[in-house]
Amino acid sequence: MTMPATDVDVIDALLGIAPGSLLDAIRARRPEARTQAQATYRALFAPDVPGNVTTQERFAVGAFVAGLHGDAAIVAFYSNGLGASGASVKLREAVDAAVASATAHGPYGHYPAGPLSREDVAGPAFRVRPEPRSALGPRLAAAFEHVHMLVFHPRDATPDALKSLLDGGWSTTDVVTLSQIVAFLSFQIRVVVGLRTLAGNV
Amino acid sequence: MTDTILVPPRHTAPVRFTRAQLEWLPWLEPLAVDEMTEHHRASLVDAARLRSPYFRLLARDPDALEARTRTDKDIFYNPDAGLPRAERELAAAATSRSNGCIYCASVHSRHAATYSKREADVQRLLDDGVGADLGERWNAIVAASVALTATPIAFGPEHVDRLRRAGLDELAISDVIHAAAFFNWANRLMLSLGEPAASAEA
Repeated sequence: MTMPATDVDVIDALLGIAPGSLLDAIRARRPEARTQAQATYRALFAPDVPGNVTTQERFAVGAFVAGLHGDAAIVAFYSNGLGASGASVKLREAVDAAVASATAHGPYGHYPAGPLSREDVAGPAFRVRPEPRSALGPRLAAAFEHVHMLVFHPRDATPDALKSLLDGGWSTTDVVTLSQIVAFLSFQIRVVVGLRTLAGNV
Repeated sequence: MTDTILVPPRHTAPVRFTRAQLEWLPWLEPLAVDEMTEHHRASLVDAARLRSPYFRLLARDPDALEARTRTDKDIFYNPDAGLPRAERELAAAATSRSNGCIYCASVHSRHAATYSKREADVQRLLDDGVGADLGERWNAIVAASVALTATPIAFGPEHVDRLRRAGLDELAISDVIHAAAFFNWANRLMLSLGEPAASAEA
């Protein structure tokens, strides 16, 4: 499977939406959401101005986020995107190894000390193991540790977590892009899984 | 200059979920108004957002921000049938309550209360959490939003069935899915790039 061209609607493709189907009709009622979700995908995975974040980094993060959510079709899409970006086999294996060591169940995390503390839920803070770390490199390793927090326990976010990204070589603008990639995928994956369930095509 | 962590001014951090107006203090440097290009400004969509440090921070990746905002507006404001606005806001508030985003929950619980006129029920969601009994139709929307918020996603046919039994048609169920999915996007940005503060005048 190759990556769809960037003008192919990714949510439609992941759902196999055929013209005239129930999901096609539903999505057509919110046309701007459909168009702009795809525009966001393009902005984050095939941007007009790539900036400092490479296409390979974008898809490595995409493949990691998809892997943490565990939906096979979406994992395949972003893993193929990573391959198409020219990633080495070693990098692709490192992403898979990171996913395998990072699975968890969210959302968990802590609240500011006070009455909500009784709702605190403990869970793991992910650290990339030495072997995938060398293949990922310091920039992606720092990103993956942050991404895991964003995916599974975003209420544990701290300024120190952002400091680790800056120390790992991400600029302020890069951090915004990285955060948008993870946050957008959290949306895209839920739309795909939710609509697939709605259509009864589980 | 831009690549440092910001230390927010002295403030009172909210320690419970509230419908009160909160501020949001960035941990990374937003763009300064006078360094923003036309492209940056256009990405805000609403000129009033020039005053918002959150949107000026996200404007560092303008294409992603603009597409994000246009997606948001269609999901929540498109008046063509589907789920009433109040219940789209309920799904947003329930998602934010589940992820633990005190800032997002404050904004969207206010909207949910305003549009539904059910202030006591909305407050119960904030005070008691996503297990609060809000009547079957709202319980079904909250449960679906919470299941969509779990990672891996826990939304299944039983949630769709329950929403149908509560009187939602396919477009309305799709609106629940999109509202919850979108707040899995928004919560992650709000939680990880800054923090809420009790408003100075509150």
